[in-house]
Amino acid sequence: MTKKVGLLTTLFLLGLATVALAQDAGAAEKVEGLRFFMYSAIAAGFGIAIAAFGCGIGQGIAVKSSVEGIARNPEASGKVTVTMLIGLAMIESLCIYALVVALILIYANPVSSLIQGFVGLAAH
Amino acid sequence: MEHPILFLNLLFEKLGLPVVASASEAHSFWQYLLLPHVTYTWVIMILLFVLGAMASKRLEMVPRGGQNFFETVLVGIENFMIDVTGEEGRFAFPVIATLGFFILFSNYMGMVPGFFAPTASINTTLACALIVVVYTHVIGIRFHGVKYIKHFMGPIWWLTPLIMPIELIGHFARVLSLSIRLFGNIMGEELVLAILFFLAGLYLAPLPMMFLGLFTGFIQAFIFCLLSMMYFAGAIEEAH
Repeated sequence: MTKKVGLLTTLFLLGLATVALAQDAGAAEKVEGLRFFMYSAIAAGFGIAIAAFGCGIGQGIAVKSSVEGIARNPEASGKVTVTMLIGLAMIESLCIYALVVALILIYANPVSSLIQGFVGLAAH
Repeated sequence: MEHPILFLNLLFEKLGLPVVASASEAHSFWQYLLLPHVTYTWVIMILLFVLGAMASKRLEMVPRGGQNFFETVLVGIENFMIDVTGEEGRFAFPVIATLGFFILFSNYMGMVPGFFAPTASINTTLACALIVVVYTHVIGIRFHGVKYIKHFMGPIWWLTPLIMPIELIGHFARVLSLSIRLFGNIMGEELVLAILFFLAGLYLAPLPMMFLGLFTGFIQAFIFCLLSMMYFAGAIEEAH
């Protein structure tokens, strides 16, 4: 209960911060842009975290089965290892897709020029 | 993201050619032509040509040295490919081997400081994936003619309206998955190396990640070629 209240308070304060920080002409669209970037940054963080969680479990199951196979039949360890590596690369590519989406959210965001102008890095 | 220092870009700037560090700053045709992923692709092309010329300069019946090494590697790849595609897939071996060597060399070029891996740009990997998928369809039409459409129709004829869109979307997904898998792995590796270097460069923090980068570079080239072989095999064989 307290954790949920703490999370909601944090989000509310962040929302207030956007209004407080953008006090000039065209403030409404800057607030919206900043809020969009905030949400996409949060989404990028959570997205890659959940993807890494699932990928870890998947690859763990793959390695478990291959190690059991090698333990049963050490002569087949070459083939089992190659198959395991192929399977691991396939599973890892799913996490890579989520990573690319997270990178797009952070670096190729449509409001990124607005953010850069706001922070002072480039002309908006 | 900070722009890395690239040898070819420095060289071109000394020569007075218009170079930019990333695609977002390029406006004229020459700037697009001299983007880092294009120029470093030329470097890899020249490197592969030189290696091939050196290995095949004086072919002998009993090979020694460089010819021996390349023969071992290429025969290994060819046998592996015949295992996957069957005997009638032998004609597609040069495409697979060239793509494999190109991707392997470009992955490893990203590890060398001052060089840029062309596969760290989505343009290169998308090009490689498009080559593979378009060639799959060309092989299918060459082997089966008009009956290639039966590959998309599924096992039972009245399930076709359900299965055909899924198969078509699957073929588009092959392009996406091949390109994004390779791009994400290599670009992610470079990103991690750049961040670690920025955080703790003096303590040699990027070194373990560079070992991992060597490992994943080889595996990603191998996976790309393996998936290409499997797509070719799927186009060559009869539809179920």
